[in-house]
Amino acid sequence: MNSNSPSTSTGGPGSADSTAPRRNSKRPKYSKFTQQELPACKPILTPKWVISAFLLVSIVFIPIGIVSLFASQDVVEIIDRYETDCIPLDSRNDKVRFIQSPVDKTCNRSLTVRKHMKQPIYVYYQLDNFYQNHRRYVKSRSDQQLRNPGNEDDTSACKPEDTAHGMPIVPCGLIAWSLFNDTYDFTRNNQPVTINKIGISWKSDRDHKFGKNVYPKNFQNNTLVGGARLDANKSLSEQEDLIVWMRTAALPTFRKLYGKIEVDLQAGDVINVELQNNYNTYSFNGKKKLVLSTTSWLGGKNDFLGIAYLAVGGLCFFLSMVFTIIYLVKPRKLGDPSYLSWNRNPGGR
Amino acid sequence: MADRSKSRIRFSRLYSFLCLRSPFRDEHSQIGQKGFSRVVYCNEPDSTEQLQLRYRSNYVSTTKYNAFNFIPKSLFEQFRRVANIYFLVVACVSFSPLAPYTATSILFPLIVVIGATMAKEAVEDWRRRKQDIEANNRKVEVYDRNHNFQETRWKKLRVGDLVKVYKNEYFPADLLLLSSSYEDGICYVETMNLDGETNLKVKHALDVTASLHDDDSFQQFKAVMKCEDPNEDLYAFVGTLFYNGQRHPLSVQQILLRDSKLRNTDYVYGVVIFTGHDTKVMQNATDPPSKRSNIERKMDKIIYILFSTLILISFIGSFFFGIQTKNDIVGGKLKRWYLRPDKTTVFYDPKRAVLAAFFHFLTGLMLYGSLIPISLYVSIEIVKVLQSIFINQDQDMYYEDTDKPARARTSNLNEELGQVDTILSDKTGTLTCNSMEFVKCTIAGIAYGRGMTEVERALAKRKGKAVPDSGNTSSYVRGSSDRHTDSGKSIRGFNFRDERIMNGHWVNEPHADVIQKFFRVLALCHTAIPDVNQESGEISYEAESPDEAAFVIAARELGFEFFERTQTSISLHEFDHQSGRKIDRSYKLLHVLEFSSARKRMSVIVQNVENQLLLLCKGADSVMFERLSRNGRDFEATTRDHIKEYAEAGLRTLVVAYRELNEEEFRLWEEEFLQAQTSLNADRDAMVDAAAERIERNLILLGATAVEDKLQKGVPECIDKLAEAGIKMWVITGDKMETAINIGYACSLLRDDMKQIVVTLDSPEINDLERQGNKEAIAKASSASISKQISEGNSQISLSNGSSISFGLIIDGKSLSFALNKNLEDSFLDLAINCSSVICCRSTPKQKALVTRLVKRGIGKTTLAIGDGANDVGMLQEADIGVGISGVEGMQAVMSSDFSIAQFRFLERLLLVHGHWCYRRISMMICYFFYKNIAFGFTLFWFEAYASFSGKPAYNDWYMSFYNVFFTSLPVIALGVFDQDISARLCLKYPVLYKEGVQNVLFSWPLVLGWMLNGVISSMIIFFFTTNAVVNQAFRRDGHVVDYEVLGVMMYTCVVWTVNCQMAISINYFTWIQHFFIWGSIAFWYAFLVMYGAVSPIISTTAYQVLVETCAPSPFYWLVTLLVVVSSLLPYLSYRTLQIQFRPMIHDIIQRLRSEGSETEISGELSLGNKEKLALVEEKLIDRVNAT
Repeated sequence: MNSNSPSTSTGGPGSADSTAPRRNSKRPKYSKFTQQELPACKPILTPKWVISAFLLVSIVFIPIGIVSLFASQDVVEIIDRYETDCIPLDSRNDKVRFIQSPVDKTCNRSLTVRKHMKQPIYVYYQLDNFYQNHRRYVKSRSDQQLRNPGNEDDTSACKPEDTAHGMPIVPCGLIAWSLFNDTYDFTRNNQPVTINKIGISWKSDRDHKFGKNVYPKNFQNNTLVGGARLDANKSLSEQEDLIVWMRTAALPTFRKLYGKIEVDLQAGDVINVELQNNYNTYSFNGKKKLVLSTTSWLGGKNDFLGIAYLAVGGLCFFLSMVFTIIYLVKPRKLGDPSYLSWNRNPGGR
Repeated sequence: MADRSKSRIRFSRLYSFLCLRSPFRDEHSQIGQKGFSRVVYCNEPDSTEQLQLRYRSNYVSTTKYNAFNFIPKSLFEQFRRVANIYFLVVACVSFSPLAPYTATSILFPLIVVIGATMAKEAVEDWRRRKQDIEANNRKVEVYDRNHNFQETRWKKLRVGDLVKVYKNEYFPADLLLLSSSYEDGICYVETMNLDGETNLKVKHALDVTASLHDDDSFQQFKAVMKCEDPNEDLYAFVGTLFYNGQRHPLSVQQILLRDSKLRNTDYVYGVVIFTGHDTKVMQNATDPPSKRSNIERKMDKIIYILFSTLILISFIGSFFFGIQTKNDIVGGKLKRWYLRPDKTTVFYDPKRAVLAAFFHFLTGLMLYGSLIPISLYVSIEIVKVLQSIFINQDQDMYYEDTDKPARARTSNLNEELGQVDTILSDKTGTLTCNSMEFVKCTIAGIAYGRGMTEVERALAKRKGKAVPDSGNTSSYVRGSSDRHTDSGKSIRGFNFRDERIMNGHWVNEPHADVIQKFFRVLALCHTAIPDVNQESGEISYEAESPDEAAFVIAARELGFEFFERTQTSISLHEFDHQSGRKIDRSYKLLHVLEFSSARKRMSVIVQNVENQLLLLCKGADSVMFERLSRNGRDFEATTRDHIKEYAEAGLRTLVVAYRELNEEEFRLWEEEFLQAQTSLNADRDAMVDAAAERIERNLILLGATAVEDKLQKGVPECIDKLAEAGIKMWVITGDKMETAINIGYACSLLRDDMKQIVVTLDSPEINDLERQGNKEAIAKASSASISKQISEGNSQISLSNGSSISFGLIIDGKSLSFALNKNLEDSFLDLAINCSSVICCRSTPKQKALVTRLVKRGIGKTTLAIGDGANDVGMLQEADIGVGISGVEGMQAVMSSDFSIAQFRFLERLLLVHGHWCYRRISMMICYFFYKNIAFGFTLFWFEAYASFSGKPAYNDWYMSFYNVFFTSLPVIALGVFDQDISARLCLKYPVLYKEGVQNVLFSWPLVLGWMLNGVISSMIIFFFTTNAVVNQAFRRDGHVVDYEVLGVMMYTCVVWTVNCQMAISINYFTWIQHFFIWGSIAFWYAFLVMYGAVSPIISTTAYQVLVETCAPSPFYWLVTLLVVVSSLLPYLSYRTLQIQFRPMIHDIIQRLRSEGSETEISGELSLGNKEKLALVEEKLIDRVNAT
């Protein structure tokens, strides 16, 4: 009689179930994985480790900060804010009406070059308080239509700038409709300075997002005209102002490339700008600025990165010093009873 | 073993109650009515009548789903979670213009998450299905139309089929027993799968069918059976058999239940009554009560906090959005004309700004949805399943002897294992082996047995005495190898050494006749069944309890060898001291008065060859001494002393007594007894007990036995460790107080330096009252006494407050029942909590569950119950965690447990290692989950503030939806599965570490909120550093400025780096898996950008070539990433450094120890100095935690 009862005197200790004649061992297989013994490195925050990590950060960050700051300092930037100055004095109490009236809005500005500016000098316009990142605005475009002449009817996302006189607008949507239309002409010593507007947009945009055989149609034909008009004979992929404009800005204050000046400007040069002040930023109290800037390897002029690197590097250095002092003054020796008094409440966080 | 001759024996009267055929009872009148409508045409499964009834087939499916309902049903299960409903609603709304991003990108993560969970369900269900297939395709012999028995698959069985089941086979369905290989149609079944009891039960065919012995006899067999409808009651059955024109009542005695096993019987014939899901075992199948862990409950609260945050920031957003939208037209003039506020949908309409704001609120809810970690639940489930696998696979919790590994039967409670505050433990079988050994006895006032028990040894050790080598005193338990060395002398269940009575020397003892009677009682008074090995002639016994087996074996070893049992007799080989030879003596068995926990005794009435009628009785001292006759108390005083000694040595004692009956008395009593047995009243059992009571008196004391239940290996060490870990231990046992206290000492639950507080009702006053028998007065006095003792205990503790004395509370069952009353409950609990260990002795299973509930409710902390027997089931289910010992007492406890281990000592590893790890992993994982989602979600919010809260997300739709699925989820899972703050070895070495879980320091509100704050800080650093660095100016040498696309990529890169690096600095354990997942996630982000950016701009929209063309060539992009990532890690790093320096957590200290000790460990042994240091710190650690 087989039995797994404990009372049998002959059976082995806890003899296995009698239905399983083959003693099938259930011993778990050994592997480093299943036994959770995989080789591992176990980093912990020892004072030495932390202090050296902080020191390392400061050693890396401070030079980066200095180099970035130098890069930023190298950049020469001329900024001219003109949205108020370009309104005739008598119209300044109602700027909106002025900007919406069909009068001539030419405005002359002169910029003085303080420091030698090496070419290429990038010309930007800077708008302020302009929400190109507004959801309604961002969505109001038709990528299909911009790419492919066959899709010009694909305007469902573009309302209310989808059709004019029953025909689809190409390019449709609020973004294209509100295209920036101030223009700048530069002269130096009465010599015109050419502005190169080729290559101011991203290559991928020109090649893949805006079609080579898509031409503006029916554009700005509605009663309410938003911004610039387009040359109906130039394909969209050549309309770089539009391409730049349609790559929407992330924040309400933004610059966009207007063109490049490909000659050096000397210190003391006076640049005259003949400016067509067409664009209405007055409704929403937006500023307008004209910016001329060189670039460094890091881009344009902004000290923030350099300062932030210096600050973080400095902070790390400071902290590493503090920790060193703590470590030296209050070393937490093994078994040192003094630290126990700190710990009335273990682990309380 | 069942040879032919034996099978002809009519066994039916062996079990005294069985000799009585169940008469028609009241229920039988209901046959054919509602609830009793089942009709079975026996042996005619094909008859039209049977087929018309359309009973279910024997096909069994335990799966939750089938191919058709899987999708709807599992979907329904999924959407019972609040978070999932939220995401579903979001997904539905995402098809409307309200959605801030495309519907597919919202649906995708939801589908992945739901799909993963459903896949998990499907895999689990598939496993169940495989088991079903195995069961459905088992073979059984069925009687076919050609009057032969043919093998058929189980699933093809139909109601009415006649089947033949062989020894050790499972019954394929619920059967009506027709006949068996025994002439009288009995058979033995083992119901372990049903109720976990390993002892054999006897089933009994009707006399009219019992004669159908051959396959051929069924040719003409036809019968109709009417019975109750399928139900789940395992212990009742009502039916009627119409056979040969007569009605026969059927009871549960004739029913063989599916999933029980035929034992000790060559074969049985049966008719299928209930098939498939109609069987009792299937009707009984219910899901175990699901327990949820504390952490998960808290997690829900945190999710609610996140939901509130979500609503709050959406509201803030829509408030500002409303204002700005309203201002778009002022006095009929367009402000932000480029948005055409004059021609717009309601969502942006300045004239209906409030409505627009409301719709925007909905948009906001979707936009900031990434605050709610969509993949949290599924990640936690995956992690827990993997953790369970680790528990199951742990070799250190595998028990060689029974071939049983540890099993996590549920994965819900893994982390709860790390937070156990109180353990409630059974004693027998849990702390001890539950293999009984006969070690001592006292006969006629003389103590025999020279062995020393483990408890005695422990006591001696404590007193500093030299401990004799364990030698042959505990020869057996050490394992099988010992047995061979002892040249077969050591016998399981017998560890008695005394030359005075062994080998027949007892005849020379002064009370030889008493000794003879004593061992005769042991050899006769039991229900064991002998099993004679035909070849060797050795006899082994099959007994209901190990104690009983120990007695029979002891009797055999001392010359009273029980070798045969028939239904009417018991036969012994007895040593005859006159002839000096072994002679066979046969005793006529008249009645068995069975053991029950209420009666605490059992008796048999036998007639010996001299025609003497003898009542042989053994039982607990508490019930036996009061039943002694006046002239039977000769040795009472010495026996009592010996019993006390035995109890102190941790032995289980039984008093042995007998009585001679005269014919007349017996005849009268028998009549009464039979009447009681056949009565139909509900209190039949009480009547039977009362009848038994009447004959079990005027006994003559013979002596007492002492059986040792050995402590399991490693129990004291394990309990020591658990105590060090701050876990309180309650032992709840049925033993006597002395036994319990001594076991307490033996397993180091009680120590010398402890003060004992004993609460007992064993005082003279109470005893006096009891003698008077005034129940009310007893209750009142008892209650008052308990109350007084409890308050005394409390004042003792408060007096010693501040000193390091610890207390042990010992309370007996009677007192416990008073202490558990409403009015005393609280003070009792106070007392118990302040004691480091509590022993409840003499307690019933119900009290076990009650105490568990009291502790659970009273402390409000996690309780763990551990036990091995059916009597622990209540306790296991009541506790937060039930741990079953898969020992010898069947599977009942294991079946209702959450974890099962083979030995008590594995509890140490289960809690201190796996529990601690799982707790730490899960809590870190959840904290980190919230951190990463807040860090991400809040960058969206900051961006909104710069986009006039219009609801434009800062990132491309697909970056967002992959965030929780690809870029950040795998490292968290790796953390949840693999992280170890401290290695297993050190976890065991420093149990004090476990207190982190008990005090829940790793998932405390400050910590959780700290992580959330860290998330907000990270998001601010990411957003403001990035935007300020890139504002306006060119970010490349070629003069291009940062636009919406580039900013999104920059910020997102920073987010991915930050959360992954944050993970890297907060985990403690870097295997290649962590490295792979963390750095792989970051690398995958770039790879994703490249791939996604390479597809047509129609699909990739704002991500088109954004990395390759725009960002990667710009050093600025990389520098910003470096700056932001390092800066956003600084707060955490500095905080942790300071914390480790000034307020280290326990694991910090141990980690530091490890790293500082490691230098010496490499060179082999620790140097002495370091060892001392370690020991010192260990002490301090304990002191420190105790102080708090």
